[in-house]
Amino acid sequence: MRALLIRDLRLATRAGGGFGLGLAFFLILCTLVPFGVGPDAAMLSPIAPGILWVGALLSCLLSLDRIFALDHEDGSLDLLATAPIPLEAVVAVKAAAHWLTTGLPLTLAAPIFALLLHLPGAATGDLVLSLLIGTPALSLLGAFGAALTVGLRRGGLLLSLLVLPLYVPTLIFGAEIVRRGAIGADAASPLALLAGITLLSAALIPFAAAAALRINLR
Amino acid sequence: MSMLAVRDLAVARGGMRVAEGISFTLDPGKALILRGPNGIGKTTLLRTIAGLQPPAAGQIETTPDSLAYAAHADGLKSALSVAENLRFWASIFGAQGIDAALSALDLTGLADRPAGTLSAGQKRRLGLARLLVTGRLVWLLDEPTVSLDADAVALFGQVIRAHLRTGGAALIASHIDLGLPEAEMLDLTPHRAAPRGANAVPAGFNEAFG
Repeated sequence: MRALLIRDLRLATRAGGGFGLGLAFFLILCTLVPFGVGPDAAMLSPIAPGILWVGALLSCLLSLDRIFALDHEDGSLDLLATAPIPLEAVVAVKAAAHWLTTGLPLTLAAPIFALLLHLPGAATGDLVLSLLIGTPALSLLGAFGAALTVGLRRGGLLLSLLVLPLYVPTLIFGAEIVRRGAIGADAASPLALLAGITLLSAALIPFAAAAALRINLR
Repeated sequence: MSMLAVRDLAVARGGMRVAEGISFTLDPGKALILRGPNGIGKTTLLRTIAGLQPPAAGQIETTPDSLAYAAHADGLKSALSVAENLRFWASIFGAQGIDAALSALDLTGLADRPAGTLSAGQKRRLGLARLLVTGRLVWLLDEPTVSLDADAVALFGQVIRAHLRTGGAALIASHIDLGLPEAEMLDLTPHRAAPRGANAVPAGFNEAFG
């Protein structure tokens, strides 16, 4: 399992691996929004939590179809399915690798991008915390969508449509944490709900995605 | 004690039976070559035995964790080097070194090359080297000699023979002569599934929930 994680991380960071794609998209979005709505802090500050979370979510979405599609194309998924590690573990490891190459860099870079959007300084901690807790759920839910659409050509569009509704609760609670942080309110309850979504995804999705993969490999 | 026993097996592709009534056993040290025209179900049979899809009917008996499957596609990552590709599969299957597998398929000189720069035949050899690091006893090979030249086919014949000598077994779908005169043949042509009239439509949606 560690070998699979190391392989996926290595593939993501080598040429053509797509590492940095999500981060670049996030940067572009956060740079363009002030041009679109105007650089006025009074205008940007209230919408910054939402923009940052929507940006993080869309950045995650960009690289989802790579989770299984590349392994399916070159035949490694068939070979992994017949390997001595359970398919559920393959899903969990690949979702973890996706998070390490997209969710984690986004979380770490978010405080810098928050400056571009005039996010109140007091909310920076909440932003990092909410992304740290919430982005694993994005990778896990995305792994489920990727498993459902793995055999399809041009499955990316269907994948986005399947995954977006599943992302909505994560987005609502994630952005709410940051919004409450910005106005100095208590964010404990959305934080607990967001953590609940992530834990539930981590517990259930490896099984659901592995079942979807088994059907798609037939 | 046979390593793989198949009894009255029927296999389906896309919900349609392609071959049925297949029975054979595979004993240690034996190779069985599957023959038959395109579409008769050789690949489907191998995938069914490998556990990638359920049989339509019949039984497959095998020891757990004894099968290694090699498909048409080699499962190589072009951004990784030859040694990295092989080392990955070695650690997945809990094997130690990869040097023996590299030298058995004459890949030692290419170990540091990215797999993406290999020729088709070299990629195939790397895909076959993967079998050696699995440490599995029964090899299920789907057209293993595609894009191999005459020398590489001979090399592959030696690898198979060495595997059989050490108590392994192989089930090979192949059209060409592998230089294994001792191997048995199984022609799937007589096992072609009988047409089923109105029922012979792909099951599709219902199959997923059946």
